[in-house]
Amino acid sequence: MILDHLDISADEFSAGTGWEVKPEGACRGDVCVPLGDGFDLRRTAERLRMALVRDDDAGVWALGPDTVSGKALASAVAPELVLPDIDGQPFHLSSLRGQKVAIVCWAPY
Amino acid sequence: MDLPGWQVLRTELKPLGLEIVTVGLEMGGPAVLRPYIADAGAQHPSLVDESHVMDSLFGVTNIPEAIWIDEDGMIVRVRDVAVPPPVMRPNADGEPELYGLGGRYGFSVDAAANRLRDWAAKGAGSEFALSPERVIERSQPRPMEVSLAAAHFELAQHLWKAEGFSDATLRHFAEAHVLQPDNITYKRQAYSQYSVARLGRDEGNRFRQSPEAGEAWPFVSDFTADSARIRDEREAQKRET
Repeated sequence: MILDHLDISADEFSAGTGWEVKPEGACRGDVCVPLGDGFDLRRTAERLRMALVRDDDAGVWALGPDTVSGKALASAVAPELVLPDIDGQPFHLSSLRGQKVAIVCWAPY
Repeated sequence: MDLPGWQVLRTELKPLGLEIVTVGLEMGGPAVLRPYIADAGAQHPSLVDESHVMDSLFGVTNIPEAIWIDEDGMIVRVRDVAVPPPVMRPNADGEPELYGLGGRYGFSVDAAANRLRDWAAKGAGSEFALSPERVIERSQPRPMEVSLAAAHFELAQHLWKAEGFSDATLRHFAEAHVLQPDNITYKRQAYSQYSVARLGRDEGNRFRQSPEAGEAWPFVSDFTADSARIRDEREAQKRET
């Protein structure tokens, strides 16, 4: 997640990372990590063990994914995936609930 | 390319309640992906992942790779090497020929398709549909270096869009490649777009991902060297088992 500044809201954080900020902490699937009082990006990144890297010349930060469980998946509950389709329309993975889905990653490289 | 094979398999499995969603990982965006999708006549959702969120969200590190999600939204398989059966296509002389990765480079012709057929038929009873614990265990390791690699890779893409392959862009790609050397998508994305930049916007140049003899190369590795290393590791594993 690319950030121009670190003063972002809990909602912006959730949209960018998939971690929802609730009273009990930052939650994804069936996993919750306590955050303490209120939302603060630096403290939340520390708790979720997310890398926060600054490029001084460009004036931006990049926030990496969490490393709380030491595995790519902390939970087997599928995170919501929203990506544009080839025509630019946002597609929500959850719109296919009730069917089996195979997400196939490919690349022209 | 595998998209024609996926469309054929989708036609077969959709009536059994299984949908295929392809995700193209490419920082050049839809313009680069569209010809392949159109050529396959894809009727399934064809998504565009410009910033490799599949790597961050699901731990994807190579292509082709599939993630299976069941009717209730539970992940039941990750890191499935996803090569569909090849399709028949006319070659340059008009003769029918097998087209696709299946059966080439050591990939099975139909193992990935047969795993999906098994899951479509048996659901949770399929040996390939894993429990939540096994799914988490099978997902890629994620030490802090992987999060740092993702952050540097995202900075590299952000800068590439603004200024092309500047020194800063190359520095962030290099950081990502050193921090997570096993992430082949981070490497081949950089190599392929760099080759388009150095050789010209010809589709074939995307796949020339190594320097010519004596040519300067800005990355710590290249596709030829990476492939040789992976081959050596596989051979070593075979000798040990």
